[in-house]
This record gives sequence, structure tokens and C-alpha cells, in this order.
Amino acid sequence: MAGSTLASPTASAGAPARKPVSPGLEAWRRFRKHRLAVASAVVLSVVVLAVLFGPLFWTVAIDEIDFSATLEGPSWAHPFGTDDLGQDLLARMLYGGRISLAVGFAAMAVAVFVGILVGAVAGISRGSVDAALMWLTDLFLSLPQLPLLLLIIYLFRDTLREWVGPEMGVFILIVLVIGSFGWMPVARLVRAQFFSLREKEFVEAARALGASTPRLVIRHILPNALGPVIVAGTIDVAAAIIAESTLSFLGLGFPPDIPTWGRLLFDARDHLDFAPHWALFPGGAIFLTVLTINFVGDGLRDALDPRRVL
Amino acid sequence: MTEGMTAERDTGAAATARRLLEIANLKVHFRTDDGWVRAVDGVSLGVDRGETLGVVGESGCGKTVTAMTVLKLIAMPPGKIVDGTIHWQGRDIVPLTPAEMRSIRSKEIGIVFQEPMTSLNPVYTVGEQIAETLRLHEGLGKRAAMDRAAEMLKLVHIPNPSRRVNDYPHQFSGGMRQRVMIAMALSCSPKLLIADEPTTALDVTIQAQILEIMVEMKERLGMAVMLITHAMGVVAETAQRVVVMYAGKVAEEAPVGELFANPRHPYTQGLIRSIPRIDTAATHKVRLEAIPGSVPSLLDPPKGCRFAARCRFVMPECLDAQPPLREVSPGHKVACIL
Repeated sequence: MAGSTLASPTASAGAPARKPVSPGLEAWRRFRKHRLAVASAVVLSVVVLAVLFGPLFWTVAIDEIDFSATLEGPSWAHPFGTDDLGQDLLARMLYGGRISLAVGFAAMAVAVFVGILVGAVAGISRGSVDAALMWLTDLFLSLPQLPLLLLIIYLFRDTLREWVGPEMGVFILIVLVIGSFGWMPVARLVRAQFFSLREKEFVEAARALGASTPRLVIRHILPNALGPVIVAGTIDVAAAIIAESTLSFLGLGFPPDIPTWGRLLFDARDHLDFAPHWALFPGGAIFLTVLTINFVGDGLRDALDPRRVL
Repeated sequence: MTEGMTAERDTGAAATARRLLEIANLKVHFRTDDGWVRAVDGVSLGVDRGETLGVVGESGCGKTVTAMTVLKLIAMPPGKIVDGTIHWQGRDIVPLTPAEMRSIRSKEIGIVFQEPMTSLNPVYTVGEQIAETLRLHEGLGKRAAMDRAAEMLKLVHIPNPSRRVNDYPHQFSGGMRQRVMIAMALSCSPKLLIADEPTTALDVTIQAQILEIMVEMKERLGMAVMLITHAMGVVAETAQRVVVMYAGKVAEEAPVGELFANPRHPYTQGLIRSIPRIDTAATHKVRLEAIPGSVPSLLDPPKGCRFAARCRFVMPECLDAQPPLREVSPGHKVACIL
């Protein structure tokens, strides 16, 4: 997973994997030496696989109400216990995890895409364009995020719900909103990378060989700037999962029938003293996912830093 | 200046067919916070088909800027071509658009830079990088371009080329990378190769190899070479004609034998005297001669001869006006009143 991200540009260009020396394989070799990152990658894969395929094996319906078993602790029938309506928490968490992780990755994709675009344009152009884009970045950084998130969702939730349905509407809105507040660090990172890379001799050499500016940016500068961006991307995933949980916890996320991890915490809030398991399991899932993603990001940073010789 | 230029024009008109590159009165200035730096200030030189022109001078004398301007690789702004023309095969390339310049770069004029360690993109194999140029300019397919890349590597004497094309730049040594750069610059068979201090970053034995390869390539492909260097020894070995530059101007231009036998400009004389000599150094304990002082600021250059402050033969007239480039014998021009 870690290796393939960087290997793709080289692999697609047709280099046979003759010797284990391509930058991607080299990064994978270094990543493997980072034990915490490898362990985190394993745990994270388990979580991802569980939410993807878990519902196929744990076939209890997420909305099966059973008043004979409300607020029960973990048991064989309900490994993660039940909520106040007797709904099975494991089933709800597996289903909700899909939404939480999907929001995390989709918001990261939005943030990284916007960030690369803004950063690359700012980094390659000098003068007023660069200055204007950096003002925009600073502006977004200085906005108070949570109140604004709440306001935007409050304002547009109903419009989007009418257009594309309640679930998809909220999903798109939340992804866009979280993504549009997460691109600034990526943009700054990409711009800084571009500033140093565009003065490199190989960029000059490529220009001397007749490459146009878009070609220079896409083929020569961007691939060299991607390492830190991938790392920033992993941190964005974690931040987006937390942001979604926060929104759901404040009651402004997905509708109540979609049990994202944050939503589960929100629902469990009133029963903390006599049914702590209800909050502990989703809270633990968020904690574990965010922690492992950050460790994987850590490992990737070490693996993708070309100056490090391991 | 005018006198020198008319002389240049006369010879140029007689031999336009032979002339590949003709730079006339080129002025490239750079804007800084302190004012305009006149990095290149009225340089005229020409390169004939199939010849090697050496361009020598100390750091900051405008050699590299002149070369980069030919390919318009100067960042503008802050740089600016203030005056002058650059004729490539009879066509002025100063007013060309970026797209037109791109088709000249590497297809007609190739360039090799000073820094082989950083001139290759670390994320692509060397084969891919050579192939990219070929696909861009020659329209070759992926497979054909890779095959040609391997051929090019073989041409510059990289052992085991068909295997090495798939290696990444970090798996090559400095000398090997410079050979890859040469292969890349030559892949589209340009008519002129500009080599900007190609051996400066390499150790002496590798320098000799690289120069040998360049001479061999030049003969095999019949191209002209503009060799920029500050090593007089390199020039003596490879060039047919030499242009000596000082502080953004041409100080002297002569065939290589003539220049070493009969240097007219005090700066050229100083340069030649400062070459370490193995015979005298061994027998007598002589200090290596140096030219006292340093290059004047190009921000506000002196009114008279730019070398006057360091010249051992300085005369009052030298401080009044810049001496024009005048022909002292066929093909030998000097910008000095002596």
C-alpha cells in the first residue's frame, strides 16, 4: 500500500521491476523498518477490511429494534452490546465505519486535489498570482473552522437533501466542507516544494530539452513533490474523520438513521453512566483509526524522505 | 564598438553559409534592487558549422548568461535582452515565441550543464528521461524511444547500456551522469552543442574522459560545439577558436594556436601566465602567477576599459573610453589599444 503510491508513475512508464531499486520499492524497504508504522498499517487494514466486508459476515440488521435487550453490555449475542433501542452496536459500527472512513478518504482527496492545484499554480508562477493565492490560503487558515462548518451545513443541508437525497446530499456536503477546510497545509507544502524544485538543475535541463511549462510541472516537478503530500494526505484523513465525528456529535452530521462513529457517540452521550460501552466502542474505533493513520503517515514520511539513508 | 561590429558583419556576410550561430552586440541585463546588472554588455561572437569554439573567462564574466540566452533559458524578468541579435542559421531568434523556442531547444541546439549530480530527475530512469526528449521532438513510440535511448548510452560508452537504461540516476556516478546528460543533449542530433563547464564538477581523470567523448561525438555527428570553461588547458586541447570574455565583454578572439602563441590582450596574457606549468614548477620554486584584483561590479561598470584597474600596462586613455574590438590579424580580434 505504501510502496504502490510512489511506484505508480514509474511502473506506468514501463520500467520492468528488474532490480529492487525503483524509488517506490526503496521507500517500501524503508517503510518496513518502521515497526510502529507497519503494525499500524496492519491494524488499519483490519479496520478497513472489517467495515468493508464485516456486514457480509455479521448479518444482524442495524435497525432491528429489540426492547427486551436495551443497553446491554457486550455478550456473545451482541459483542459490542446494544443501545437504548436494543439495536446491535457491532452491526451499527461496521456500517457507520464505512461512512466515517469514506468521509475521511473522500475529504482527504478533495483537500489534496485543491491543495496541489493551488500550491502548484502558486509555486510555478511568480509575483501577483502567487501572492493572491497565498492570501487566499491565509484567509482560509484564519477562518474559525467549526462555527463556519456548522453554519454552512445548517444553511445548505436542506437544499442538497432535496437534490440528491438525504444520505448522498449530506455526504457530499460534509466531504466538500471538510475538504475545503483542509487543503491549506497541502497548498503551502506544495508551493514550498515547487519553490525549491523549480530551481533544480534537472528542471532547467528539462526546459533546455524543450519541455513546456505544463509538462515541466506535471512530469518533472510534481512527482518530486509528492512525498510530503502523501504524508500530509494521511494526516488529512485522520483530521477529516475527527471533523466528521465532531459534526455528528454536535448533531449536524448525518441523519440519525446513519450510525457514523461520531453519531454513535452523540447518541450515547445521555447514557454514559450506566451504558459506557455504547460510547467506548465507537470512541475507541475513532481513536484507533486516527492513531494508526498518523503512525502510517509517520512511517511514510521517513520512507519517502530521500535524504534519509537507512 | 562600431568599428568592431562592422568588421564582424563583413566577415559574417561572406560566410553566412558556414555560420551556424551569430551573436551580434548582445546585451543581457538583470534587474536587481540596486539597479540593472549588465551581465552581458555588447558581446559578439559566432560559431561555424562543425567547429569547436571555446569561451573562457573567470566566474561572473557572462559566459553562462550568453549561452543560456542563446536558448532563452534566462528567467525574464529579472533578465532582459536589452539589445542585440542572435541569428541561428540566419534567423533572428530573439523575437521568437516560447513555443518556437521549444522546437529549437535540443532539436537544433543541445546543452549540457555544469552539475551532473542534480541535472537528472531522480524519479525517472535515465532511459525514460532520454526517451522523453526523443518522443517529444522526434515523435517516436515508447518502445522505439527506449531502444534509441539505449543506443545513445552505448554511444557515450556506458557499459551494458541495454540494462543501464532501466537504472535510476542515483545508481550512476558523477562522470556517468554527465555522459547521460551528453547522451540526452545529443539524442535529437542537434547541430550545435553548448557545453557549459561540463567538466568543472568532475575529477581530473573523468574530465579527460568526458572531453574525449565530446570530441568523438562531435566528429561522429558533425556538429559544432560551444565549450564554455574557465580552464585554459581544456580549451587548448579541444577548441579551434577561442573567445576570451571579461566583465560581460569580449576581450579577445583568436584561433587557438594564435591565442596561446601571441596573446594581445593583457587579460589573456594573464590567464595564460596563470596556468600552472609542470616544467618550471618542478625545477624552480616559482609562485603561480595570478591576476591581481577582481572583476569590477557590473552594476556600475567603469567608463573606460573594464580591465584597466587590473591591467599592468594601463594608460590614461584606457580610463576614458572602452577600446573597440579590432582585428589585428586575420581572425584575431582584440579589445585593447595596445
